[in-house]
Amino acid sequence: MYQSTLAQLSTALESGQISSAELTRLYLARCHKFNNSLNCFITLNEELALQQAKYADKQRMAGNATPLTGIPVAQKDIFCTNGIKTSCGSKMLDNFIAPYDATIIERMNAAGLIILGKTNMDEFAMGSSNETSFYGPVKNPWDKNHVPGGSSGGSASAVAARLCPAATGTDTGGSIRQPASFCGVTGLKPTYGRVSRYGMIAFASSLDQAGPMTQTAEDAALMMNVIAGFDQRDSTSAAHPVDDYTAGLNDSVAGLRIGLPTQYFGEGLDSDIAKLIEDGIKELEKLGATCREIELPNTALSIPAYYVVAPAECSSNLSRFDGVRFGYRCEDPKDMSDLYLRSRGEGFGKEVKRRIMIGTYVLSAGYYEAYYLKAQRVRHLISDEFQTAFNDIDVIASPTTTAAAFKLNEKINDPISMYFSDIYTVSANLAGLPAISIPAGFVKQLPVGMQLIGNYFTESRLLNIAHQYQKMTDWHQQVPREFQ
Amino acid sequence: MAWETVIGLEVHSRLATKSKIFSGAATAYGADPNTQACAVDLGLPGVLPVLNEQAVLMAIKFGLAINAVIPERSIFSRKNYFYPDLPKGYQISQFELPIVSKGRIDIQLEDGTTKMIGITRAHLEEDAGKSMHTGFGDQTGIDLNRAGIPLLEIVSEPDMRNAKEAVAYMKKIHALVRYLEICDGNMQEGSLRCDVNVSVRPQDQKALGTRTELKNINSFRFVEQAINIEIERQIDIIENGGEIIQETRLYDSVKNETRSMRSKEEANDYRYFPDPDLLPVQIKPDLIAKIRNELPELPNAKKQRFMTEFRLSNYDSGVLTAQKEMADYFEVCVATAAGEAKLSANWITGELYAALNKENKDITESPVSAELLGGMIKRIKDGTLSGKMAKQVFAGMWNGEGDADAIIASKGLQQVTDTNAIEKLVDDVIANSQAQVEQYQNSKPDKQSKLIGYFVGQAMKQSKGTANPQQVNDSLQKKLNR
Repeated sequence: MYQSTLAQLSTALESGQISSAELTRLYLARCHKFNNSLNCFITLNEELALQQAKYADKQRMAGNATPLTGIPVAQKDIFCTNGIKTSCGSKMLDNFIAPYDATIIERMNAAGLIILGKTNMDEFAMGSSNETSFYGPVKNPWDKNHVPGGSSGGSASAVAARLCPAATGTDTGGSIRQPASFCGVTGLKPTYGRVSRYGMIAFASSLDQAGPMTQTAEDAALMMNVIAGFDQRDSTSAAHPVDDYTAGLNDSVAGLRIGLPTQYFGEGLDSDIAKLIEDGIKELEKLGATCREIELPNTALSIPAYYVVAPAECSSNLSRFDGVRFGYRCEDPKDMSDLYLRSRGEGFGKEVKRRIMIGTYVLSAGYYEAYYLKAQRVRHLISDEFQTAFNDIDVIASPTTTAAAFKLNEKINDPISMYFSDIYTVSANLAGLPAISIPAGFVKQLPVGMQLIGNYFTESRLLNIAHQYQKMTDWHQQVPREFQ
Repeated sequence: MAWETVIGLEVHSRLATKSKIFSGAATAYGADPNTQACAVDLGLPGVLPVLNEQAVLMAIKFGLAINAVIPERSIFSRKNYFYPDLPKGYQISQFELPIVSKGRIDIQLEDGTTKMIGITRAHLEEDAGKSMHTGFGDQTGIDLNRAGIPLLEIVSEPDMRNAKEAVAYMKKIHALVRYLEICDGNMQEGSLRCDVNVSVRPQDQKALGTRTELKNINSFRFVEQAINIEIERQIDIIENGGEIIQETRLYDSVKNETRSMRSKEEANDYRYFPDPDLLPVQIKPDLIAKIRNELPELPNAKKQRFMTEFRLSNYDSGVLTAQKEMADYFEVCVATAAGEAKLSANWITGELYAALNKENKDITESPVSAELLGGMIKRIKDGTLSGKMAKQVFAGMWNGEGDADAIIASKGLQQVTDTNAIEKLVDDVIANSQAQVEQYQNSKPDKQSKLIGYFVGQAMKQSKGTANPQQVNDSLQKKLNR
């Protein structure tokens, strides 16, 4: 049962094969068994989850169930959950119990989903390895000496090890797709504004986007049906009509025009991964898709631009953590300045501080134009370049990462090398485009993902292509031996 | 040496919206600390701002009233600095592309002339909370009720040349925002406050002197005092061979002095950048047209109308239109007084104004309503009341003794206008004043006009003030010159 997808669990619950309470106990038991070794949960929500499950069972009896009612899922600890600790992976919020639910949580609660727990993550979502978490690194279930990726590493690891059937993640520069790739799960970053950011602790507001991390594209579609949509509490959320994301899953992909950016297959890409992605594309060609090379010449500028824009926004977004109203406060501050310096100095980790400093610098008088404004111009160039490409193609395919999951401690002291591990994912954030990572094979027993990038609001099409691909392949069904 | 002063003002006007500029929390003044601060105002993790449309409409109203350009697109920016009463660590404000760009305001100077003051811009921003330094031992209390209240910051050009002009400008803004009903103008509660930029330069010098900024002044009187004391300080320093330091200063109204708060070197680098949580504001031309059509009559237009419609003087019209409520009072009074405009204006700017001032009351708190005053003026016009009697009636109305007719009846103040009664009264006075009659009749005409006062006085005394003085006078002239 624990290896079931959301779609399968939905059927099992509907047929009465299992109750939500039983299912929730089952997953809680797995979490207890494996969390010590994986460290993918910061908080397990046992008591409340069981209450929610019992309520869900009643709702189902009463005929008020939605397709996902009674299914326990994990929430990244970046989403505010009323009454449950929301730490954002930081000492700063170790004592923070949110007094309200994020919109995405509200929507999932309304659909009857159960919150199994809150997953570990890089501190304030800043990191690509989950090693910056105050709660210690998460392990990759495929090899515990390797990182699960980040920042949604806890969610990716938990889904990969089947400690939960699905989870939420957030993606600012690849934080859903890169860990999905490293852990062998499906991860969708929707169009910027498709899912409300209200209640999601901000890292870089113009880039942040929440999305599902699941075993299959079909499950991602089921989750999207719950979480997507306009929210009047988020001015940047899109008023664009919402699809039924499951409706087109079985559409044909014949005639699909795939673009392969030469910049995503060049220097720096692991040759084994290149081979796997080529194989993956061949599968789609078998279904009638056609491929052509395309050029995204400004790809190399995406990392520098991203590491100006994202830190700039984070330096401002994280100013509210000042020890005054909530969160960590230093012992016995002697005056106001001491309160600020020590609360922030002691409450934030190294990577967060590094980015706050970069961001403060690039926004300073005299540097603003040279860095921040220039980075914004690059961002426009990158967006325009994608739009030009989408004149002739429907979707872009590429590897999600240049290499499979690296080892713990391998890059933590080399931030530049860590930053460049986002090279294939950040452009979609800079342009606000939807992108999905789906399991496409293994390199030395570690999973590898294929990324599909679509034009704005084409999540349905991406999920359709991914679903058709998953009908032809079984990479997404693999579970690490220890967790079978 | 002769010095010229250069002054520019930044006026912060608290917009009278029901909810805050970026949240749904209430904005009422004077609530218990932190009872009007929601998750957004507290800057809790994960919350997002949503722009209050009313604040935007109010800002546009103001812009149109000062003949400003309303750009099609404006953006909100973050002004980053740390302070405990600034919950997010940044204030959402506008930097580039404010909601209102260049405009102008005419102010009236004491000599009756008009001067145009340029407005550089007006932008929307959120207010910060309040730090409370007393009552918490060695700690500071924070009240976030004020955090997120919408402010319109109105920035003038450095067009003012003395403290009186600055006060006239501030008063004009005060009148405008109240006419537009976008701000209650309550300066004691901080609804309208200003920062003043002051510099001095030799009379013939073109380049501006180094300026200082006087922070957070919330009364007309303090604006004048602060500027004058600061001008004095600056001239003093320069004349003694010193230099003015560009800095922010605080005006202490108790000691009547300005004190340094922080110098330019200590000034914050606010690291402004566009707020990624808010979309640019797009203003469509039809919205501007609609707001323009709905604008109320503004002070200048009303003043012109008072001069033509009611034939009032420039001065009276100016006084009566300086405050919308005053102008409204006047118009109601005139309507009740059967169109008696000049008399109404005199009574309002005279007796009523003095009485209000004496008790430190606003026109809106006047115990004598416009209808009451108008009713009394009607009785002056129809001859029931003399001017002197009217003063008694007015005092009665002020003390809540009812309307003019009731007071006339209860005090027996009816004026005697009956010709026969007046004739008889005058005859009595003449009969009892033979010596004076002789003196009168032996005097030259210019002396006579003075002596007649004695007889009028006697007649009024004898009638206990009820005789119509004009009729008495006429009758005396007739009889004595016979």
